[in-house]
Amino acid sequence: MALGQQPTTDQPSSSDQTPIINDFCITFSTINGSGSATANTTVLRALFRMGIPVSGKNIFPSNIQGLPTWYTIRVSKDGYLGRVEQDDIVVAMNPATFTREIQNLKPGGVLLHPDDFRSEITRDDIITYPMPVKKLIKESDTPTNLRDYVANMVYVGVLAQMIGIDLDKIYMALDFHFKGKKKAIDSNYNIITAAADWAKTNLTKTDVYRLEPMNATEGMIMADGNTAGALGSIYGGVQFAGWYPITPASSLAEALNEYLPQLRCDPETGKATYVVVQAEDELAAIGMAVGAGFSGLRSMTSTSGPGLSLMAEYLGLAYYAEVPVVVWDVQRVGPSTGLPTRTAQGDILFGHFISHGDTNLPILFPGSVEECFEFGWRAFDLAERLQTPVLVMSDLDLGMNQWMTKRFEYPDTHLDRGKILWEEDLQKMLDERAGDYGRYLDVDGDGIPYRTLPGNRHPKSAYFARGTGHDEYGRYSEEPGVWERVFTRIDKKYKTARKYVPRPIVNNMEGASIGIIAAGSADPAVEEARDLLAAEGIPTDYLRIRAVPFTDEIKEFIDRHECNFVIELNRDGQIKKLLTLYHPEQAPRLRYAAKMDGLPLTAHWIQSQIKCNEEK
Amino acid sequence: MTDQATTSKNVNLAGLSRNDYRGLPSTLCQGCGHNSIASQIVAACYELDLVPEDVIKFSGIGCSSKSPTYFLNRSFGFNGLHGRMPSLALGALFGDVTMHGIGVSGDGDTASIGLGQFKHLVRRNMPMVYIVENNGVYGLTKGQFSATAEKGLELKKQGINPFLPVDICLEALVSNATFVARSFAGDPKQVKELLKAAFHHNGIAILDIISPCVTFHNLEDSIHSYTFGKDHEAPLHEISFIPPRDEITIEDFEEGTVREVEMHDGSVVLLKKLENDYDPTDRSQAFRVLEEAQRNNWLITGLVYVNTQMPSMIETYDLPATALNRMTESQLRPTRESMDMVNSMMF
Repeated sequence: MALGQQPTTDQPSSSDQTPIINDFCITFSTINGSGSATANTTVLRALFRMGIPVSGKNIFPSNIQGLPTWYTIRVSKDGYLGRVEQDDIVVAMNPATFTREIQNLKPGGVLLHPDDFRSEITRDDIITYPMPVKKLIKESDTPTNLRDYVANMVYVGVLAQMIGIDLDKIYMALDFHFKGKKKAIDSNYNIITAAADWAKTNLTKTDVYRLEPMNATEGMIMADGNTAGALGSIYGGVQFAGWYPITPASSLAEALNEYLPQLRCDPETGKATYVVVQAEDELAAIGMAVGAGFSGLRSMTSTSGPGLSLMAEYLGLAYYAEVPVVVWDVQRVGPSTGLPTRTAQGDILFGHFISHGDTNLPILFPGSVEECFEFGWRAFDLAERLQTPVLVMSDLDLGMNQWMTKRFEYPDTHLDRGKILWEEDLQKMLDERAGDYGRYLDVDGDGIPYRTLPGNRHPKSAYFARGTGHDEYGRYSEEPGVWERVFTRIDKKYKTARKYVPRPIVNNMEGASIGIIAAGSADPAVEEARDLLAAEGIPTDYLRIRAVPFTDEIKEFIDRHECNFVIELNRDGQIKKLLTLYHPEQAPRLRYAAKMDGLPLTAHWIQSQIKCNEEK
Repeated sequence: MTDQATTSKNVNLAGLSRNDYRGLPSTLCQGCGHNSIASQIVAACYELDLVPEDVIKFSGIGCSSKSPTYFLNRSFGFNGLHGRMPSLALGALFGDVTMHGIGVSGDGDTASIGLGQFKHLVRRNMPMVYIVENNGVYGLTKGQFSATAEKGLELKKQGINPFLPVDICLEALVSNATFVARSFAGDPKQVKELLKAAFHHNGIAILDIISPCVTFHNLEDSIHSYTFGKDHEAPLHEISFIPPRDEITIEDFEEGTVREVEMHDGSVVLLKKLENDYDPTDRSQAFRVLEEAQRNNWLITGLVYVNTQMPSMIETYDLPATALNRMTESQLRPTRESMDMVNSMMF
């Protein structure tokens, strides 16, 4: 058995208190740019490998180096992955925020800190474990220039000893992080074991928090939503991605760059079946993506609020010229630059109605990392089927944090390329329809026309795409009747879209009279809140919206409940507003609880909002 | 593929008649320089035996950007946003890299709102013909100054332009353009020969063509007018394009009177010397000539600079021979077996 797995054998545990096992929250308070991310994800992954459900959230500043940053790991035997408001254990490595860290601890909580911190510890209801960080680093043979980075490994080792993290699992996490590079793994691991040994000899455990191995992560993986979205896009056959760096979306495009060469080289020639271009700005990123979509490539871009604002004009063009393109909006707090490193669901109304003039874009809301993967490929099917831009609205919490999630599942349907005519298809259509083909003719009555692609060498295949008024044959027109007819037909596609978008997920409870509606990354906190409410005798039904346009299930759900709470991470209740717009008759049944502070929602907040309303 | 009315003697090597290259009737003003350029695009494509289905047209917004519908009706086209044609073209041309791209823009579209995208397209050396129909004025919005309007120019309602103009050729050159030419819509032969060379260039080919606006800006003493151009055009050389299959009969020229530029596909641009010997492969000379012309208000025309050695943007991507937009599911979706590998790559 690995060192550290049985940390309590030779240490007295506080005898008068019941141990808290696998159900607490650890926050690492560090300085941005100090290399703490490696240490923190190492702990997260080690816990995951111990079979214990975990989630990790990084609260970081918009800064390269020097400002405070926090990483919170929630350990939950019950599998809750949402954020919690108070810390059980704090590893305080940043003197500047030391006082604040102390305040945020629960009574009986644990404070680990370097032994040379001079700040006064103002509470006597917490347990402190000072760590000789400098001494341990000095004793290791770490080169001077790397000392600051590996210093974080001291707290990994001390923590491992004090709460019982399996050192073998820590080794596995390091091995993964450093991609098997023995030297890097060992230099970090040696400090961890030295720190664990030191703690074993020198510290007496007086707190109640303990880890025990479980078997609750079987069949799961750890990944972030941006990587999952990129991989899903790759399995959806992405061929063109134009992008521009922006937090928190950059890692999606970077994951495309990382995984495309491994997964998408032509088996015969070894050549790339994709093109990724880092554009000069978001105006160009979307322009490139729209051009590629027009040419028949599965095309995408990924951005966040400010970038989405810049993309509005091109998305209006793509909507009206009927060009399929997928836009990932990894949301952050806006308007303007807002809080670039904090999460939100604030772009929903803007995204849906994005252009001047009448526009309505389909939206997909992934609610988990595995759904980021799934919607990665589905979004292309939807965009090509409907010949319209499709937004996938993720957010920073989902996109950038590591989540335990189900293994990615291979797509269960073939690529849906929609209505594309190559030379023979076009000839067939011309034969069947006495020569009558028009790029924007509604042949099937579903509002979706047939499109030809550049490179089609049939002499009748070409058309001139444009954002100016055009008729069913793509000819320029300013005729009032033509505009109205074509534009009404385009709206018909939005109705058709209901057949193709993912249905909502509905979870009912026995005896529930309250409905909860949410979307995207609000899901884990809502699910936990429902359990808290149920424990208090308030059962709830829950519908998670996964797409706009809204399908009938949503209307039916709202009708079944006198009171439906829409839970959202924004100021104005944007989902509720959208529901009210599309279903005005249901407005009296809808309420919203929206919060906008840049942090992920918590179950306690949702619980209190619903209870507070119930008591009125 | 040809129209039935065509007789064999009126067709080019692609078996097409001039008619097959036509566009819709122009809706621009009578006498607009852009119409003359559209005619030369038709002529150049016909004479180059290009198949219209092998060409994609692009434009931004403005009078010039309307003109792609006035040529090559059988080519796909996309009229994009103001100043954002470069990005649209870049993405679209990756669909099938065997196609030829031609973009038509104006001085407002390229030198004002679109200067950024223009320069980034240039620096990436995206292979396409990029025409700026340059008249120094906004036509569709009725006669405002554009960024290429000369300092001191006086226009009705606008007053006097207080700012120095943007020189499109200089902007292209400083962004490492591999083909930079200036021409004049009133010199159709030169326009056509430059277009042919541009279509055979393996990279971005910038053609800054002075194309007078007869309605809002045709003052005799302005560099953007017909009268000025007719009186003052100063060609650097007399240019003719020889397709790769044709033999060059160099004996026709007196020794030392011509320069040859061999394009990447074996075609040759023949430059007959005029007053001065001009070497279009010399970038510093190109800067000097453009700078001097700008300072002295000279309308120099011709192939200002060419570099046939730089790889094009498409060459920097290692793409297969099959057009990307013809690829099928088996080429685009990784195998079912790869899913396990991907899951194991996660933690």
